[in-house]
Amino acid sequence: MKLRKPLLITGAALLASAGTVATAASDAQVSVKAMADALHLVMDSDRTIYTRKIVNRLVKKEKVIKASEHFEDDKALVLPAQMFRFGAELVQKRAEKLPDVNFSYSLQSLWPINKQNAPKTEAEKTGLKYVAENKGKNYYTTEELGGQKYFTAVYADTGVAPVCVACHNAHPDTPKKDFKLGDVMGGVVIRIPVES
Amino acid sequence: MRKRTKIILWGVWLVGSLAFAGYLLSMLYGKADPALMMPGPLSDGHHQLADDCAACHVNPLGGGEVLQQACVDCHGDVRKKPFDSHPAAKFKDPRNAPQLAKIDALHCVTCHTEHKPEIIAKNGLSQPKDLCVHCHADVADDRPSHVGMEFATCTSSGCHNFHDNRALYTNFLVKHLHEDPIKADGTVPAREFAGVVGEIMTYPHDRFPVQALTAGDMDAPTGAAVTPGIRRDWLETRHAQAGVNCTACHMPPDASGTPMAWTDKPGTAGCAQCHDLEVKRFGQGKHGMRIAAGLSPMTPDQARLPMKPDVAHAQLTCLSCHGAHRFDVVKAAVEACTGCHDDQHTLAFENSPHGALWRKAQAGEIDGDAGVSCATCHMPRVDFDVNDWMSRVMVDHNQSASLSPNSKMIRPACLHCHGLGFSLDALADQALIDRNFNGQPKVHVDTMDLAEQDQKRRRANAGGDDAGMFGF
Repeated sequence: MKLRKPLLITGAALLASAGTVATAASDAQVSVKAMADALHLVMDSDRTIYTRKIVNRLVKKEKVIKASEHFEDDKALVLPAQMFRFGAELVQKRAEKLPDVNFSYSLQSLWPINKQNAPKTEAEKTGLKYVAENKGKNYYTTEELGGQKYFTAVYADTGVAPVCVACHNAHPDTPKKDFKLGDVMGGVVIRIPVES
Repeated sequence: MRKRTKIILWGVWLVGSLAFAGYLLSMLYGKADPALMMPGPLSDGHHQLADDCAACHVNPLGGGEVLQQACVDCHGDVRKKPFDSHPAAKFKDPRNAPQLAKIDALHCVTCHTEHKPEIIAKNGLSQPKDLCVHCHADVADDRPSHVGMEFATCTSSGCHNFHDNRALYTNFLVKHLHEDPIKADGTVPAREFAGVVGEIMTYPHDRFPVQALTAGDMDAPTGAAVTPGIRRDWLETRHAQAGVNCTACHMPPDASGTPMAWTDKPGTAGCAQCHDLEVKRFGQGKHGMRIAAGLSPMTPDQARLPMKPDVAHAQLTCLSCHGAHRFDVVKAAVEACTGCHDDQHTLAFENSPHGALWRKAQAGEIDGDAGVSCATCHMPRVDFDVNDWMSRVMVDHNQSASLSPNSKMIRPACLHCHGLGFSLDALADQALIDRNFNGQPKVHVDTMDLAEQDQKRRRANAGGDDAGMFGF
């Protein structure tokens, strides 16, 4: 009997401290840059896996299916760039119901096949040029769009599989036909709204 | 003025103002005559809802966000990919803020304004003429075939559709270059309900196991007015052959699943137990939109198209076209339509090439699915998603879905029997449409020519290789 009370107190104390730790952890501040870097790490990893393990394997290596922009009509795989964009659109839609979650991202290029994916803002133009000319480095800045200030990060997007360069070099609408494996082919732009 | 007089006047003003405010509030929240509140006539798409403001204005004091939600509640599911090439999600990226400041592509009313007939075009749109140019001003840089085109011509017949562009994108056009105007052995796809009913999770298999019933199985209660004609009709239909007994339709279950009391005239709820997608689509078109909004069924006298006066007050439900107990889909495909519609296009059907094919099919001279009825084009057989993992070919009971713009009809209807170039020309020729396609198109749309020019340029750019155009 004597042991029970101290044990109870110790247990309660442990639970309380665990609760405190949990609360502290959930309230801990993450820098905007670290958040953008983390988001990009997830995006880039998923994108690499889809491109290598799904598209490149099934299209180039095992030759069992095509990948096509018109995937429904052609009964084909979704292109890696479309996969990325569909994800971005779904994130946007789902984030509308999460007031604490607010960011957007897109895949762009200085040599886009679809011209809607060319850089539009000054930050995008400068950032895409920077990551193309400074391999391995990211570009960070702030900009104001539609009256809202954003932290904007630009990350290089490289050709990670033969299908990337093969398609972009051969596509009739491509403005650049000499991409090589490992080249910077575009960039991922992540925006997080910040207070002015 | 004396002080007392002033007080009286102020009192009269105050009481009068409060009474007027109360009157306005009672109109907003009560059952005021909608005509008194109507700021202007409704478009062809919504005029049937004129006696129910709350169908769209679900909150009397709500603003644009309430109206936007009302649009999405009814039209949202047909605005999803792959049908919509311009989903709202595409515009919410902050990088599009400068374009959005010029054209608000996030809200339906930017192009679909209501109550302003003076700015609404024939197709029901109040679309700004410069809609496309703010994002696509440089289109001629990529498409030399488009040099010199006026920006107001983007949405001309047979060119671009903002939402559903599936019959008009370059690769699709190129695939269909130089097709014959009329394809040999053209047929429409067969319906798949019977074949896939076992896989439809929402089908009430427990109550209606798929097994043929005979006259002795009829479960109508004593006293129900079952005539020999009704008995014969039921026995000869697929309902009896598929195990759907009398009580299935006449005693549909309530919300708890308990069968309700017998009713001689069950409503659409009875049909929706098994044909839920058909009923849902019916409610999204002009035939069923009033029922879907909780109003009395549509009657032909409410239509803006010419209708036959002798059926002016006939109510439009499932049975109007299908008829109880026999559910004659042949009759529903033509006679049901011509029984009410009285416009040039409808009246010209009988002597049209389509009408001739329909008669041949009914006479057994050609395959049944090679005949062309009103429903073949206006209620086409579409491979419709039942859920995320399966689809079935069914008759699309939203006959409004492929009408505006009419190029939306190309893929689900025209292309089964006609070449794409011929279809584009025919659908751009209003006089030919009025004659129900009796004759040849006198209008030529440049779309296919532009696609061919573009194909040559792209081939040259790709070193003569088409591979890059269709994936890799």
